[in-house]
Amino acid sequence: MNSGIRTYHEVDELPSDLPDQIAAQDERVSARLASVARVVAVMSGKGGVGKSLVSALLATALARRGRRVGLIDADLNGPSVPRLLGIEPGALVEGSAGLEPPTSPAGVRVMSMGLLLEPERALAWREPADAGFVWRGAQERAALREFLADVAWGELDVLLVDLPPGTQRLAELDALFPQLAGVLTVTIPSAASRDSVTRSLDMARTRGLRLLGVIENMSGVLCDACGSLVPLHAGDAGEDLAEGFDVPLLARLPFDPELGAAADGGRLEPWVAGTGPAAEALGRLAEQL
Amino acid sequence: MKFLCVECDRQMAFDERAVPGDGTMAAVFKCPECGHKTAMLANPMETQLVSSLGVKVGGRTVPDANFEGIRSGVATGRDEAFESPPAASPGAVRWSVEAVERLGLVPSFVRGMVKKIYSDYAKERGIEEMTPAVMDRARTDLGLEGM
Repeated sequence: MNSGIRTYHEVDELPSDLPDQIAAQDERVSARLASVARVVAVMSGKGGVGKSLVSALLATALARRGRRVGLIDADLNGPSVPRLLGIEPGALVEGSAGLEPPTSPAGVRVMSMGLLLEPERALAWREPADAGFVWRGAQERAALREFLADVAWGELDVLLVDLPPGTQRLAELDALFPQLAGVLTVTIPSAASRDSVTRSLDMARTRGLRLLGVIENMSGVLCDACGSLVPLHAGDAGEDLAEGFDVPLLARLPFDPELGAAADGGRLEPWVAGTGPAAEALGRLAEQL
Repeated sequence: MKFLCVECDRQMAFDERAVPGDGTMAAVFKCPECGHKTAMLANPMETQLVSSLGVKVGGRTVPDANFEGIRSGVATGRDEAFESPPAASPGAVRWSVEAVERLGLVPSFVRGMVKKIYSDYAKERGIEEMTPAVMDRARTDLGLEGM
């Protein structure tokens, strides 16, 4: 081997512009979000705790209070926000400032993979079937970046990012936009949820993210006969997590069968405007934020 | 990754891109001193990884399009997910019948973006009519393999 060959770093007559291209992508995210007062992640280490529903409810409640709100459905493989907010997939319009986000009846601006996919088809990438795992993570991260950077979010008081279960997407979001205002954590009361969510909170804290608090969903169900709150799950995960991580337990949202129907029908706003115990708890949560 | 002409001790510059088949992408680099050329052959996995990052080997020659990665990467995208591009305006590039037919083979999920890229390419070069030959040239020059 010719020992006279220069090293990679010594050869710099024509610097590679790949790092510059990556830096330009990051700058595009920052430039877009400069008009957003706060970007808040909504996470849970556990699937099925109602995280997307809580995100959609919170976004609607904030919009009803006059806040300018955006909601990114970062669950690329299981998007549900458009249905929850009553948004029918249409054609995204290319505006002068970027792609115009559809708006829910309450005024929440939304972007979701659910607006882009064929009905009843899973998200699939153009890739060789046997080796997609190599770059799928990079593609999903790029999709999240495009949701942040290419949508004409405009002036917002808050942009909520509804994350899928687990911790990977939160790490990607933090890397793409380190100025995150904080993380809201959703759990249900069960011990299994507490264990999973503990790991997510630990990861968020390790990354130095601001933990805004815990929201306990499905905190019992109201008894039709006596009106008392009957537990749905054994456990007290909301309180345990709040105490363990020294963060506030922001809300306990009881299960409400009417909410299920409202969510399926994309009619959250009337429910949010209602006076049931869960709607009132949500209202108090929105006031706190 | 960089290429060094050992004889001249000069860094080789990106020269052209080619797609010889089977998913291979060839990036040709040329020594600015002696003109010696060498081709870097990337397999489909490697080109896909670069594409996933949203970067272009040899430098980006067209501006980022909104949702470029999603439009070009998602295989199950809805045809009507994006508004159709506006009808041709006066002075716009004229599309030959053959070019329109070929554009019709592009999935509609990405067609608007692809048409704009080709049109911008022709406008910048003063090309009045888009033909399959111009599309081929644009693909090579802009690194639009797969479009």
